[in-house]
Amino acid sequence: MIEFRDVCLTLNERPVLSDINAELAGPRVGIIGANGSGKTSLLRLINGLASPTSGSVHVLGLQPDRNGRAVRKKVSFLFSNPDAQIVMPTVAEDIAFSLRRHSLSDPERDLRVNQALHQVGLTEHHDHPAHALSSGQKQLLALASIIVTEPQILLCDEPTTLLDRRNTREVINVLNDLPITVVMSTHDLDLIRDWDRVLVVDGGRIIADTTGIEAIATYLKLVDS
Amino acid sequence: MIGIYYPGTSWLHRAPPGLKLVMLLLFTTTIVIFRSLPVLAGAALLIFIAYTLARIPMGLALTQLRPLRWIVLLLMAFQWWLLGWERAIEIVGTLVLAVAAAALITLTTTTTAMLATLERMLTPARFIGVDIEKVALVLTLTIRVVPVIADIVGSVRDARRARGLERNARAFVTPVVIRTVGYSHDLGDALIARGVGD
Ligand SMILES: Nc1ncnc2c1ncn2[C@@H]1O[C@H](COP(=O)(O)OP(=O)(O)O)[C@@H](O)[C@H]1O
Ligand SMILES: [Mg+2]
Repeated sequence: MIEFRDVCLTLNERPVLSDINAELAGPRVGIIGANGSGKTSLLRLINGLASPTSGSVHVLGLQPDRNGRAVRKKVSFLFSNPDAQIVMPTVAEDIAFSLRRHSLSDPERDLRVNQALHQVGLTEHHDHPAHALSSGQKQLLALASIIVTEPQILLCDEPTTLLDRRNTREVINVLNDLPITVVMSTHDLDLIRDWDRVLVVDGGRIIADTTGIEAIATYLKLVDS
Repeated sequence: MIGIYYPGTSWLHRAPPGLKLVMLLLFTTTIVIFRSLPVLAGAALLIFIAYTLARIPMGLALTQLRPLRWIVLLLMAFQWWLLGWERAIEIVGTLVLAVAAAALITLTTTTTAMLATLERMLTPARFIGVDIEKVALVLTLTIRVVPVIADIVGSVRDARRARGLERNARAFVTPVVIRTVGYSHDLGDALIARGVGD
């Protein structure tokens, strides 16, 4: 589904990722590692926000650095900072923005917007200004704006880092229920403990590719040493 | 906050955005050209009725004018001193009424509907190579970005106060600039990820 072949990434003459070889497939893949280890860069390669300096990335049979547009129709990205992802001034309008190229009739579009709002529990905020939401609600709105496009893969880059415990729970509950492939980087080890597949990234390399429990053990050993 | 939609079902909410824009243009032109106390009084009455019919709460209506308060005071004092109180009221009244009318349009029109109309009205510009969708998006983003920047300014101000540096300009400007630049990077990434530019 997602394949890295001998990928290296150099940014401003700095080696950021080296020798990345991996095949990632659903339903859940976690990525853990210290700040600056390369988690974000790895995710950015998958939807074409970054292009490999050498090697190649294949996603759903497409290459994001060549067919970015086609890839981004099927691969969505949830960022840490909810404020930066919301484009429209009000809640429902932001979700509708995601459907701007879907050539739907007004009632069809409204229906899908309302379904997405319902799925994240923001129905009563339909017409509220986005800036009046709490951080957690903003992240749920960002998630609704993604869900409504029915992507096949969702990349999440530390989606709960800026949220408190309760908001984290709410966002994770919605994420857990998604019947699609989710690739998520996080510092909250509890979130990926039960996952079957977690990568540990260090110094721009994948140093472990294993279960959540073992990945956490590897990561903690790394931190302690 | 100016320019945020206030949901409703009044005739003003339902009227086509294009018609509302034309009415706004007519209204503003009229009060500017026929600037006199009786015309202004009539216009003020009209605006008052329109706000009432649109069921905009009085408090919210006044909030729209709040950002004008210092300009109004200054302008009023200055014009009074220069031209006398009648002319002062005319000039300041025209300004206030024009803003009130514009605010009424944004309160009763969703950004989406307004953008669709603007895109249609700007269509002729397409022939001289203007990307209408981008222009419309920039207009929307402006509305969205203002409260975010205001939040950044607010939290930097708080942080500065907490550190006892209220009077230190650098402790204000530097973090505001850094965080605003960071925000615009993030926003750019998010726009790409959401297919803008594809
Ligand atoms: N545009 C860039 N230019 C130079 N170095 C960069 C750039 N972006 C990221 N880096 C560096 O790449 C490394 C990995 O960054 P990143 O992928 O953001 O890590 P993480 O998400 O794990 O914190 C860091 O050392 C960072 O400083
Ligand atoms: Mg990161």
